[in-house]
Amino acid sequence: MNDKIDTSENATTTWQQKNKNTTAKLSMWTAFWVLSMALTNFGPRFIWDFNLTLTIIAILLNLALGLKMVVVNIAHLKGLDEMQQRIQLNAMGITLGISLVVGLTYSNLDVVNLISFHAEISHLVIFMGLTYLTATYIGNRSYR
Amino acid sequence: MKNKLKVLRAERDWTQAKLADALEVSRQTINAIEKGKFDPSLPLAFKAARLFKLSIEDIFQDENS
Repeated sequence: MNDKIDTSENATTTWQQKNKNTTAKLSMWTAFWVLSMALTNFGPRFIWDFNLTLTIIAILLNLALGLKMVVVNIAHLKGLDEMQQRIQLNAMGITLGISLVVGLTYSNLDVVNLISFHAEISHLVIFMGLTYLTATYIGNRSYR
Repeated sequence: MKNKLKVLRAERDWTQAKLADALEVSRQTINAIEKGKFDPSLPLAFKAARLFKLSIEDIFQDENS
């Protein structure tokens, strides 16, 4: 509570700079994770001809990079200011709730054969991504 | 909650960006506080009070009081 406040021109751009750095770091680790996901899915067929050891290594690498991405994302969220954190929290809550309900409804449609195709997990991931983007956009607009 | 942030900022000829830098928040957050769309936390209100060398009540007022 006793931190000194500097109002000079070049004062605390460090906060914004720090946020830029954590965002860049998050982008980088997300890209690594996505690449490892592609490697895990396409590597066995197109690169190492279903070699079991290499496939397991790829899966473990993908898992490790995913966990690292989560840790970096937490650091990124902690670096945001309180309003940005609230927008993110709301967006995450909406995404979790809607995805759970819609995901299970979608799964039910598949189970009772009301849709002609399989309810894939990738569909849910895309739905979650779009929901999160929309909720974040609406959240940002509501505070403008 | 009402606040005098915009007036205090104007008196000092500060931009929203400069105030945001000083309080270590985004410019959008300063804008939302000034417009009364977002109520700051107590630590942020204290920080603003220290910055303007005023008490919290001099900057923020409860609309119901």
